[in-house]
Amino acid sequence: MIKAEHVGYIYQKGTPFEHRALYDINLEIADGTLAAVIGHTGSGKSTLIQHFNALIKPTEGRVIIDGTDITNPKTDLRLIRRAVGLVFQYPEHQLFEETVYKDIAFGPATMGLDKAEIDERVRLGARLAGLREEHLQRSPFELSGGQKRRAAIAGVLAMEPKALILDEPTAGLDPKGRDAMLSVIKKLHEENKDMIIIFVSHSMEEVAGIAERVIVMNEGRVEIDGTAEEVFANAERLRRIGLNAPQMALLADKLRAAGYDLPENIYTVEQAAAAVKKLIGGNTGA
Amino acid sequence: MLRDVVIGQYVPGKSPLHRMNPPLKMILMIAYIAVLFVIKSAAAYALFTVCAVTLIMISGVSVGMILKGIKPILYIVIFTALLNIFMTTGEVMWSASVFGLTLRITKEGVTAGALLTARLIYLVTGTSLLTLTTPPLQLTDGIERLLKPLNKIKVPSHEIAMMMTIAIRFIPTFSEEADKIKKAQTARGADFESGGLIKRARAMTPLLVPLFISAFRRADELAEAMEARCYRGGGNRTKMKEQHITAFDIKAAVIFVLAAVLILLAEFWIEI
Ligand SMILES: Nc1ncnc2c1ncn2[C@@H]1O[C@H](COP(=O)(O)OP(=O)(O)OP(=O)(O)O)[C@@H](O)[C@H]1O
Ligand SMILES: [Mg+2]
Repeated sequence: MIKAEHVGYIYQKGTPFEHRALYDINLEIADGTLAAVIGHTGSGKSTLIQHFNALIKPTEGRVIIDGTDITNPKTDLRLIRRAVGLVFQYPEHQLFEETVYKDIAFGPATMGLDKAEIDERVRLGARLAGLREEHLQRSPFELSGGQKRRAAIAGVLAMEPKALILDEPTAGLDPKGRDAMLSVIKKLHEENKDMIIIFVSHSMEEVAGIAERVIVMNEGRVEIDGTAEEVFANAERLRRIGLNAPQMALLADKLRAAGYDLPENIYTVEQAAAAVKKLIGGNTGA
Repeated sequence: MLRDVVIGQYVPGKSPLHRMNPPLKMILMIAYIAVLFVIKSAAAYALFTVCAVTLIMISGVSVGMILKGIKPILYIVIFTALLNIFMTTGEVMWSASVFGLTLRITKEGVTAGALLTARLIYLVTGTSLLTLTTPPLQLTDGIERLLKPLNKIKVPSHEIAMMMTIAIRFIPTFSEEADKIKKAQTARGADFESGGLIKRARAMTPLLVPLFISAFRRADELAEAMEARCYRGGGNRTKMKEQHITAFDIKAAVIFVLAAVLILLAEFWIEI
């Protein structure tokens, strides 16, 4: 479980450049949750998630990972970082080894595992991240953008973290690459029932498709926190902070207002298409 | 990391020092250093101290920022001061023998040590004041202006200034990037802090390789962007922001020169 209690964070505290990024954040994320963090640029998403594996420590409040308080000076932060895998925005920029295999092996190797175990972990990570065998012996710099990103994610998964956090995993990918990335996340969630997965996103469509819980950030605060349904019910509030409910939800709203009888919970194109199909089918009496 | 380096760290403000014309400020800075290296007497140093403190007060820069600039050279200052105190020959004030070595403190040594300490501290204070009150890009513009007469002997002043501008422009970018990559590798279990020298140097690979790759990528992008905007070097370029000398600058320069003359008078005419 990941827990944040009254977390506040100030960058470069005590200098003329100090800047407050988070105010009084309270969250509790249970094991097995697939959650999305969404918000305007600069709303503090990246800052928040870096607390979850102790890369930064809160300037106020506490962050507790599986019962361990990261602000406690006695806590071994390396164990926290192993338990919570963090994939940064544009993780492909952190690749450095000669081959993809070696790069994925970097994390497990720092954990002091033996060769056979490292090999097993590398293959597991690659498989979970959706990377093919034949890519392993190539140089990471010969891969496409989307493949590079998977290689970087595989490097984190190879450490077998109990929680996985991804900062904008779909940024800069084409629609196909984006869908592939989202299905990797979805599959991870389905195959690892206890794993907490948190991903940051800019797009409501993405979030609506897969997230069980949506945390909306605005100017360093949690604005709305709940299931996708609960969050998208606040269309007006979302608009006020510069976000939009998913297009299909808005479309469904319009259709409902025009007197069509559509079910709740329509967020994706597939859901909308199915509902409309059903409606048409019903009207023609077939 | 790089963020802690004060030289080159501009503190925005509206003080007279901030408003001065940068090339002029640099010339005055050279004068300041010249005076600093000429004076030796206590009277001159006293006057110099008054002037330096006044400058800091006018600048509105906090004393803490100035002290931060002095911190990196603290050990050099202490070391050279000690060398001077113990190694200068002259009138002995104190002596002792340790492990068969005779340590002597001489009057001349103490004077030389104090002089040197004051010089180094004022030198850093002055240059920090210049960089703390002038935006880096105005500094390089100023350098270009000062180097311009050397164009006649084929010194590429514009290109030199451009290179410095680009370098300065990318310091924060790379510092940020290094921070980010360091965090990302830490999240993957990299350890940059523990271990001996060799282990630590090797641990830098996951940081340095991505940083270099990103530097080359950025260099490429920047070159393309500059070419796309038809940049072609120094010849006949005009500036978007000209740095003019104003009446205010002339006043400031006069005050500065008068202060320098006073200090030099104290040096050469007052005998202590
Ligand atoms: N290293 C830093 N030093 C100082 N301020 C920072 C630093 N990193 C972020 N900030 C500031 O903190 C605030 C929150 O930044 P953060 O990166 O968490 O936003 P974000 O929601 O992830 O934005 P984006 O969607 O653009 O990634 C911003 O105002 C940003 O300018
Ligand atoms: Mg971010």
